[in-house]
Amino acid sequence: MKLSVYRFDPDKDERPYMKDYEVTPEASDRMLLDVLVRAKVQDDSLSFRRSCREGVCGSDAMNINGKNGLACITRVADLPQHVTLRPLPGLPVIRDLIVDMTQFFKQYHSIRPYVINNDPPPERERLQSPQEREELDGLYECILCACCSTSCPSFWWNPDKFVGPAGLLQAYRFIADSRDQVSSERLDNLEDPYRLFRCHTIMNCVDACPKNLNPTRAINKIKELLVKRAV
Amino acid sequence: MVNRVIVGAHYGMGSWLAQRITAVIMAVYSLILGFVLIEEGPFDYAEWQELFANGWMRVATLLFAAGLAWHAWVGMRDIWMDYVKQDGLRLALQVLTVLLLACYLGWAVQVLWR
Repeated sequence: MKLSVYRFDPDKDERPYMKDYEVTPEASDRMLLDVLVRAKVQDDSLSFRRSCREGVCGSDAMNINGKNGLACITRVADLPQHVTLRPLPGLPVIRDLIVDMTQFFKQYHSIRPYVINNDPPPERERLQSPQEREELDGLYECILCACCSTSCPSFWWNPDKFVGPAGLLQAYRFIADSRDQVSSERLDNLEDPYRLFRCHTIMNCVDACPKNLNPTRAINKIKELLVKRAV
Repeated sequence: MVNRVIVGAHYGMGSWLAQRITAVIMAVYSLILGFVLIEEGPFDYAEWQELFANGWMRVATLLFAAGLAWHAWVGMRDIWMDYVKQDGLRLALQVLTVLLLACYLGWAVQVLWR
């Protein structure tokens, strides 16, 4: 298997370049991350993030043959013999496949990603009906890997102003939460030509999400709520 | 002036909704016009003039043109907001777009009521 990997060390390299690795996967190498680890054995200067190696932490998000995904849950069997790996597009590269996620997390924090409830906390937990809990399905599963936001041209052009699909999916997760008391403030925070309405529904986010979530649907629900509130 | 990223213009929903409503208006008009052309056409000059002498046809066409102008305004402003980073240039392009669309609309009125 041939891996062409984007390499860039700002301390040494003038400009990024692609480096090829010939790797022979062992029978136990099921996922792309296993092959990438073998490439790192050949060349320990190759840098990438990885942690849980089972699609939960979202560390090893990268651009795999032109499409964003997680190396740890991308099956080797589904890949061609030549695989091109690049860092997530649109974010500054720190080194090789490692990108600076500061802007991404800034947008995530801007939507206040926590339940806000000013009532005195009950003795045990704040209860939800099964139906209220169901509202959060398809939202809470997001692992913040940034595959969606970095596949979104609107986020590429305005990462400082557009919240991006991941942040907006999370915004709707808290708007939809029956325990949250500030839905209207959350909508105020998003009613903005840049923060929300840079989304032109091209659905790259849906295509890229390795957890098969649908940020576009969440964004449309926010827009529907804004309309409902206004008419 | 401080160099900070400022957001929070608190508009956008109206434009987004207007773009959808004008799309429906344009789709309905196109279907009606298509139906008339298939049923009554082909038209010669006199028949074409007769069709547009009808007050309702003129009003519907003006509604279509106004819808198109509004739709195009939202779309063009989106493009300028997406790609043009320099505020002054963006404002100039937006003003130019409004002027151009207003001219087109005035021209449409002139054509319909000449």
